[in-house]
Amino acid sequence: MDAIVFYGFSALTLLAALVMVTQRSPTYSAFAFIVVLCSLSVVYGMLGSPFIAVLQIVVYAGAIMVLFLFVIMLLNVREEARSARDGWVLKGVAIALVAAFALQMASVLMRARTQFPRDFEATAARVAEVLFSLRFLYVFEATSILILAALVGAVVLAKKDL
Amino acid sequence: MTPLLAELVIAVAKILVIIGVLLGLFSGMTYLERRFLAFMQFRLGPNRTGPWGLFQPIADGIKLFFKEEYVPEAANRWAFLAAPILSISTALMAIAVIPYGGPLTLPSWGFMPEWLAGRQVSLQIADLDIGLLYIFAISSLGVYGIVLAGWSSNNKYSLIGGLRSSAQMFSYELSLGLSWVGVIMLAGSFKIQTIVESQMGGFWNWNVGPQFVAFMVYFVAATAEVSRIPFDLPEGEAELVAGFHTEYSSMKFALIQMSEYVNMITVAVLATNMFLGGWDSGLPFLPSQGLYGVVWVGMKAFAILFVFIWLRGTLPRFRYDQLMDVGWKVLIPLAVLNILGTSAWIAFGSK
Repeated sequence: MDAIVFYGFSALTLLAALVMVTQRSPTYSAFAFIVVLCSLSVVYGMLGSPFIAVLQIVVYAGAIMVLFLFVIMLLNVREEARSARDGWVLKGVAIALVAAFALQMASVLMRARTQFPRDFEATAARVAEVLFSLRFLYVFEATSILILAALVGAVVLAKKDL
Repeated sequence: MTPLLAELVIAVAKILVIIGVLLGLFSGMTYLERRFLAFMQFRLGPNRTGPWGLFQPIADGIKLFFKEEYVPEAANRWAFLAAPILSISTALMAIAVIPYGGPLTLPSWGFMPEWLAGRQVSLQIADLDIGLLYIFAISSLGVYGIVLAGWSSNNKYSLIGGLRSSAQMFSYELSLGLSWVGVIMLAGSFKIQTIVESQMGGFWNWNVGPQFVAFMVYFVAATAEVSRIPFDLPEGEAELVAGFHTEYSSMKFALIQMSEYVNMITVAVLATNMFLGGWDSGLPFLPSQGLYGVVWVGMKAFAILFVFIWLRGTLPRFRYDQLMDVGWKVLIPLAVLNILGTSAWIAFGSK
């Protein structure tokens, strides 16, 4: 049962990711990405982290992608323009990157545990304990300040006279 | 009967009952809303079909069912068809974690099979550990139905309606989520059951007292989330015809309408559970266990739904910049102050 759900949603994730990359219409790409995020969240849920699964949907699918779609719809981007520089250089770089990625994946898969995690529950409380433990606390808070700084920077860039 | 099979049968039964009741409530709500609105505006409202016009929802259903299914020529066909489905399925998914009453012990009558008699059933489809976050996640997905409807219709009114609604939902979702934090901190759990149980024993224990600011923020944000007047700019008929569902007809329109009402009911029942003590009767000498709890939840939720209708009969629509101002400059600071106050109280005051 678990295996069926896992492989089903993994396949859906990969398929939607493929659609997202190959699709020329930005709106379709955005929706394919939403499908990727949602099916990934199911996988997270199966791996015993319902909290992360829900956060994935709330933050990425529910907030960030809404903004993306908002911008796409506001600018009314119909189709991605084909750049004239789609030349051999870019294709070569792409092939090299794909090869490197495939090598990495292979090396990870060779060493990966193929066992399904059992009796592992990353509940909200557990995640919070780790996140607010001394080990991660400073990093976590520093990240939040970084995000705040980026936010303020974006506002300042967008609005010249405040 | 194996335990797993019994669980499954009960779960399916609960899903069918709750969805059936909700869809019945949806048609009842359309009737009540029209009658109440008519009463507030010195009109009569629908009163011709059946006694007091009670069969009006059925007549409306039949009418919508037999109307022509129409997909505009220039619309994006698949997205156009998917949008109402997305709306209604997210609306129905969100109700899965809401409790409608305390645990119910089934009576053991003679004709009942042995696995059913005397069994304790929780009046909730799934009691998730992260129930509130689940609702938050699902309702944040609900906006896609509207956005997709607006975009795929290929109509400028629809597109503007979809744009407005995505901006509005996004802005008010923040204050909606923040208004929950105080309640979550007081109960120490995301689990809705636990939140309700922490308010048991009388109306002075309900969260609406200590979390009054949060309740107000929640109510305003929820009104905006379900796009009701005074926040119904996504479908402001004066400027946008009908907003994102301008091009929808027949059953697709009915589905969109249904999802709006289901969302409204969800929001009301959630407010009941989080702020108004859920199935608690409010006075210690009144029973609140089992099916009595369902009655209390129903009455409280109905009171909130009535306020929604009342607002619709009373208030004019906001201007768009006012809408954004209220969301970002009033509700969010209020909600954050409430969180700070509540955490200070939990840290220093409660001991």
